[in-house]
Amino acid sequence: MTTAVARRRRALSDYQVKMLFLMPTLLLLVGMNVFPLIWSLYLSFHRYAADMPGRAPEAVGTANYTALLHDPNLWRYFQITAEFVVLAVGAQFLIGFGVALLLNREFKGKGLVTTLILLPMMLSPAVVGLFWKLIMDPNWGLLNFLIRPVTGAAPAWLTDARTALPSLVMIDTWMWSPFMMLICLAGLNAVPKYLYEAADVDRASGWFKFRHITLPLIGPLLLLALIFRTMDAFKLFDMVWVATAGGPGDVTEMVSVTLYRQAFQNWNTGEACALAYILLVVIIALSNLYIRWLNRVRGEA
Amino acid sequence: MNGRIKSGLALAAIGLVLVIYLLPIYWIVATSLKEYSDILARPPKFVFAPTLRNYVSLLLVPGEGLHATPFAARLLNSVIIASLSTIFAVAMGTMTAYAFSRFRTRGQGDWQFFILSTRMLPPVVVVIPIFLMYRALGLFDTHAGLIVLYTAFNVSFAVWLLKGFMDEIPKEYEEAALVDGYSRLQAFVRVVLPQAVAGIAATSVFCLITAWNEFAFALVLTQNTAQTAPPYIPSVVGSGATEWGRIAAGTVLFLLPVAVFTFVMRKHLLRGATFGALKR
Repeated sequence: MTTAVARRRRALSDYQVKMLFLMPTLLLLVGMNVFPLIWSLYLSFHRYAADMPGRAPEAVGTANYTALLHDPNLWRYFQITAEFVVLAVGAQFLIGFGVALLLNREFKGKGLVTTLILLPMMLSPAVVGLFWKLIMDPNWGLLNFLIRPVTGAAPAWLTDARTALPSLVMIDTWMWSPFMMLICLAGLNAVPKYLYEAADVDRASGWFKFRHITLPLIGPLLLLALIFRTMDAFKLFDMVWVATAGGPGDVTEMVSVTLYRQAFQNWNTGEACALAYILLVVIIALSNLYIRWLNRVRGEA
Repeated sequence: MNGRIKSGLALAAIGLVLVIYLLPIYWIVATSLKEYSDILARPPKFVFAPTLRNYVSLLLVPGEGLHATPFAARLLNSVIIASLSTIFAVAMGTMTAYAFSRFRTRGQGDWQFFILSTRMLPPVVVVIPIFLMYRALGLFDTHAGLIVLYTAFNVSFAVWLLKGFMDEIPKEYEEAALVDGYSRLQAFVRVVLPQAVAGIAATSVFCLITAWNEFAFALVLTQNTAQTAPPYIPSVVGSGATEWGRIAAGTVLFLLPVAVFTFVMRKHLLRGATFGALKR
């Protein structure tokens, strides 16, 4: 007993262990997130070009922000982003939910089928954007070969201003509707079977069961999934950059793409930092929504 | 009878859905195994004589014996950077998750929110100051630079996922160990860690896949020496259709480990994809 106490005294106290365990992570995050954010806030009030490191940042007050907020192009890019988010997340939601309803039954190889469908969302978005370019090639791509007999048309997909954004929506939906499916499936699994059995006794219709049993029970989960996807689609960069790089023209120029262009192609570092902050405000609004929803879902569970 | 027709239809629909999701992946694999003429064939060829030529020319320099091609070097960079950053992120994440799970900390909710919020930052927002910082510190285009960055990027995710796993380990085990005279650190290493192995493994795979797939930071912060595969593969496309066989081969080599890990991790996919918010 005495040896145990002595050993404990030599060992670290709980407080020391706690600090030892927390500090490295918190310091790293402060160094790699908080500090850069403060720096870019400073730069957002300056005129600065990172490709000319010799020239010091020149203070310009809020000029970067005013210029951005008065730039009609930027508003259009926000609109393009919003359009993409609404279309992509909407399509993913409907398709993901549909596939989940389809898979919500017992059949041989269910586990394997579910995992195979989940494969797209695990892949690298940049590489996915690249190989869809191959599939969507207007001349020898697989997609036009498959749809030409049905539609008679051979769209140019990513290279036509009218179809470029819908094409990106398609790629993103292929990639991320499995995520919606995964969450919906988890929700559907959690609905107690006896509720359906009770409804069957009352000869309730399929729609009635869906509307009054399924939907209310999995509603919070669906919203959580929607918010996850909205946040991700909003900041999407890699897939778009590889597939269209904002083109043709600027019809798929989303905010994150234009931010990259300003920062690393036009080297308007100060203005790009200001744009990053505008984007950040929107993201913070969205993540507050997310946290609130997470808490509510957990409160109900 | 009616029920049987219905379930038959459902199975057919499931088959169709599966084909739609897998066809693009099949196509890229097929392309990687085709001769140049077969790639550009119209109508597209589903049946063809497979060749490994694309893979060989992608990985080996012709004639000069064993020389790493640019692609092989990028793939190696990806392996080094993804695995080291995963080890660091998971080690730090395990400790932090344990501390959050077992000790009371003032403002713990705020700290946890802070950790989560760092992950919610879009990469394009923080990449500008990090680029300037790395250039000043000489970390631009270095392995260490990307490793530190991906560690920071993944540690927040690891903390959230692992805290869920830690919360599920009964406190009684370590309390018994503490009573037996173990120090807190000994109890953590000998009692908690063995219980958390499954959670740590799942978290590692998710961190590995995230670091492996990352594009935006790698695009901005590396050029040659430390460039990973994701920014390199699309950069070869410029030359039009001629390179597609090799690009497809590179894509397949790059996606293969992720596909394998997806199968290994299938039971934890829900948890990983939702930041530990949902369990199954």
